[in-house]
Amino acid sequence: MTTAAAMASLVVMGLIAIFLFVKAWPAMHQAGWHFFTRFQWDPDGAPALYGVASAVYGTVVIAIIALVVALPISIGTALYINEYAPRRAQRILVSLVDLLAAIPSVVFGLWGRDVLNKPLSDISAFLYKYFRFVPIFHTKALFFGNSFFVCGIVLALMIVPIITAISRAVMAEVPRPYCEAALALGGTKAGMIKEVIFPFSKGGLVGAAMLGLGRALGETIAVALILSINGNIMTNILAPGGSAIAGLIAVKFGEASVNGRSALLGAGLVLFLLTLVVNLVARLVVTRSRPPKGATK
Amino acid sequence: MSITMSPAHNIESAAVNERTVDAALRAEGISCWFGKRKVLEDVNLVMERNTVVALIGPSGCGKSTFLRTLNRMHELTPTAALAGAVYLNDVDIYGPELKASVTRQRIGMVFQKPNPFPAMSVRENVLSGLKLTGTKVGNSEELVQWALLKASLWEEVKNRLDAPGGSLSGGQQQRLCIARSLAVKPEVLLMDEPCSALDPTSTRRVEETISEIADDITVVIVTHNMQQAQRVSDTCAFFLAEENRPGHIVESGLTEQMFTNPADPRTNDYVNGRFG
Amino acid sequence: MSTASVSGAPRRPRTFGRREATELIAPLAIAGVVTTVLFAITPLAGPVGFVIVMYSLFIAQYYWYARRTHGVKAGVDRAVTVVISSAAAFTILPLVFIMGFVVAKGAKSLTWGFFHHTMEGVAPGAPASAGGAFHAIIGTLIQVALATFICVPFGVLTAVYLQEVRGRFVPLVRVIVDAMSGLPSIVAGLFIFAVWVVGLGQGFSGLAASLALGVLMLPTVARTTEEMLKLVDPSLREASTALGAPQWRTVLRVVLPTARSGIITAVILGIARIAGETAPLLMTSFGNDRANPTKTLSEPQESLPLFIYRQITSSQGASVDRAWSAALVLVAIVLVLFVVARVLGRTRPAK
Repeated sequence: MTTAAAMASLVVMGLIAIFLFVKAWPAMHQAGWHFFTRFQWDPDGAPALYGVASAVYGTVVIAIIALVVALPISIGTALYINEYAPRRAQRILVSLVDLLAAIPSVVFGLWGRDVLNKPLSDISAFLYKYFRFVPIFHTKALFFGNSFFVCGIVLALMIVPIITAISRAVMAEVPRPYCEAALALGGTKAGMIKEVIFPFSKGGLVGAAMLGLGRALGETIAVALILSINGNIMTNILAPGGSAIAGLIAVKFGEASVNGRSALLGAGLVLFLLTLVVNLVARLVVTRSRPPKGATK
Repeated sequence: MSITMSPAHNIESAAVNERTVDAALRAEGISCWFGKRKVLEDVNLVMERNTVVALIGPSGCGKSTFLRTLNRMHELTPTAALAGAVYLNDVDIYGPELKASVTRQRIGMVFQKPNPFPAMSVRENVLSGLKLTGTKVGNSEELVQWALLKASLWEEVKNRLDAPGGSLSGGQQQRLCIARSLAVKPEVLLMDEPCSALDPTSTRRVEETISEIADDITVVIVTHNMQQAQRVSDTCAFFLAEENRPGHIVESGLTEQMFTNPADPRTNDYVNGRFG
Repeated sequence: MSTASVSGAPRRPRTFGRREATELIAPLAIAGVVTTVLFAITPLAGPVGFVIVMYSLFIAQYYWYARRTHGVKAGVDRAVTVVISSAAAFTILPLVFIMGFVVAKGAKSLTWGFFHHTMEGVAPGAPASAGGAFHAIIGTLIQVALATFICVPFGVLTAVYLQEVRGRFVPLVRVIVDAMSGLPSIVAGLFIFAVWVVGLGQGFSGLAASLALGVLMLPTVARTTEEMLKLVDPSLREASTALGAPQWRTVLRVVLPTARSGIITAVILGIARIAGETAPLLMTSFGNDRANPTKTLSEPQESLPLFIYRQITSSQGASVDRAWSAALVLVAIVLVLFVVARVLGRTRPAK
């Protein structure tokens, strides 16, 4: 019986793939390969033209922005908790990071849309004004905000807890004797982190980053609330617009008709496979990166 | 009962103290705590320059803790606390003049279990201390050879300096750790039971290494092995923790004297293997 | 008598004293002044920009001074210490801000009416005092309870399989459960939509939402329970086995009761994980303006996250106020669950 129950997760994951595929097939079949290459999303129009290209692109761009911002903050927080914080502060910090993870994404979305969007738009205007020569800051739009940039920042805050938790666990597994050896040779804490902790936990940190990336790829509501979704491929990250798979599904689902829903299920299938691959590779990297054999405990 | 705790007051070791001792390292009134538990009480010890000092005593008597106070490794334990002072050439290592990292650079340490960095090659291991302390050196190959020769490891590894440090045998790894410590040119080398994880042959090699390096640096070694203490050390300090009394020094002095004619009956019992 | 000198009081080597504090505060103050001036005379503006500019100036000065007085290595070490400590601050700061805004903005239009009114018949432009989230609160309670009811048996049995039975599929199940914990919540919603809502023709309902939430809850409950089972003293199992008890009886009578508080913690963490989920509800329970607890199996139903989402996207001043109030209620619920889980989690299973 326990075997049967344990198989439940297996069955559910299998069914997800099968059902999404079956229900998405009509729309995907109708669009053909254009389903993967077309930018605009108009599955209920005549003619029905739709594809996930811009959504996949936007999803990846937002996730990368989120990761670039979240990774240093997370690893710094993990190091602070592991190596610097007094014992009492350690416990409190771990709780607070967990609490950050427990805040519902709709609340993040509300906060991002209503509070954070304004100051980040100011930053965007500044970046545009002085760093326009960088392609990602170059735009013809007159407005800023509700952009990839704002989404990326909010998502960064949302994935900090998971990256912090995993990298904390990974870095805590570095055998203490090696850390002590580094200090006993006259190394500073910074030196110990650079020469011992990072080389030892490199693989695990990559895995932690990828798990964070997986979370960012699948995040829906915050993106749906912040991004003003259109079908464009936006090469800049500051102006409103762009698209993202999960956000697109959330925004378009209510108004979609039969083919529209089928097409959205297809987009969901793409997202499912994308996150599945990222997560499985991440887990593999984390488990593979255990300290080398012969390590002193 | 009157137990003197400082060599200066120990009649039996007066021989050591009659001439002016050139102290490389001097511990004064060291007490240690882990949380509320006191594990060392008022330890005083003078470690003479370019000699080998052995710390002996039964398990749990605080000798390893004492060793770790000598280069500020003790404070790495989160609950650890300390009283007293340690002077390196008359400068308090816990005072404002010295930083912990500089102290540890000048007072090296070799641990119970060999811990060369497993991902680094033999050469990188020897040079790792320089990298960690930001020391520039003109000819690093020369330094690698010098340190490995000092640690009596050169002949065995000269043809595989690029092999990973983890690929050496246990005894070789421990000598690599010694070479690594020597490469930063410390004035004092602390050794925490360096041979307890080694076979007799490797132990012999490490002991030879110790005698070799004691020509120009001070060695403080914790050991459980009485024969080893007799073989390698010039002076000895006997630590003991008794009921209701944290670890302290019962007696210290010239090794020969401690083993042949100890002042305290407990020292006599211990060195003759009657307890511990 | 003994010459034992007076031992000093226990101390830890001082790493942070008045001098270190000055070395921190001085560059911070200078950075503050310089940034203020910069923002006054240049087009720089905005609080976030202020923080970024001031922080960069502070770190640069601090490093410069530390390097000059303590040398390169120690300078780098000090700067790294400050950067790492501030990373922790940058993690906690948004938490404080979000909580602060939720409380401030949420409390503004939170009245008693909010807890016992629904949105039935409330005009789109009505002030925030009209209408409430009673139906959403009821819906959340029902859906979360149902999801828990559906998910917990599977979750606990999966944990028992992984930790007690240790069958030959353990590696596979572990991988799948891990993969499932990274499943985007909207995909879970689409799945239930495809299978239940249209596949089986059941239509939108609170139950459909519970099914989707159950899928999302499963990995949290399974993995946390597994961790809790690991804490059960193995000698208890051996004692039971030595008495000739079959394994299922050992698990049922000894292991699970011993780990009870741990399992409750796992369940509460699972609930906290799903109580705020919004995305899967869009295509399962859909949303509703009136309370319909008796029609959970057959009618679209509201819940707090969905209420917040629908109020925001209707984009009228008063409805955003309602969204903040609902966010306050939702965060309060999650926070209570979180604290309860922590308190229970602290009591370790009896040895």
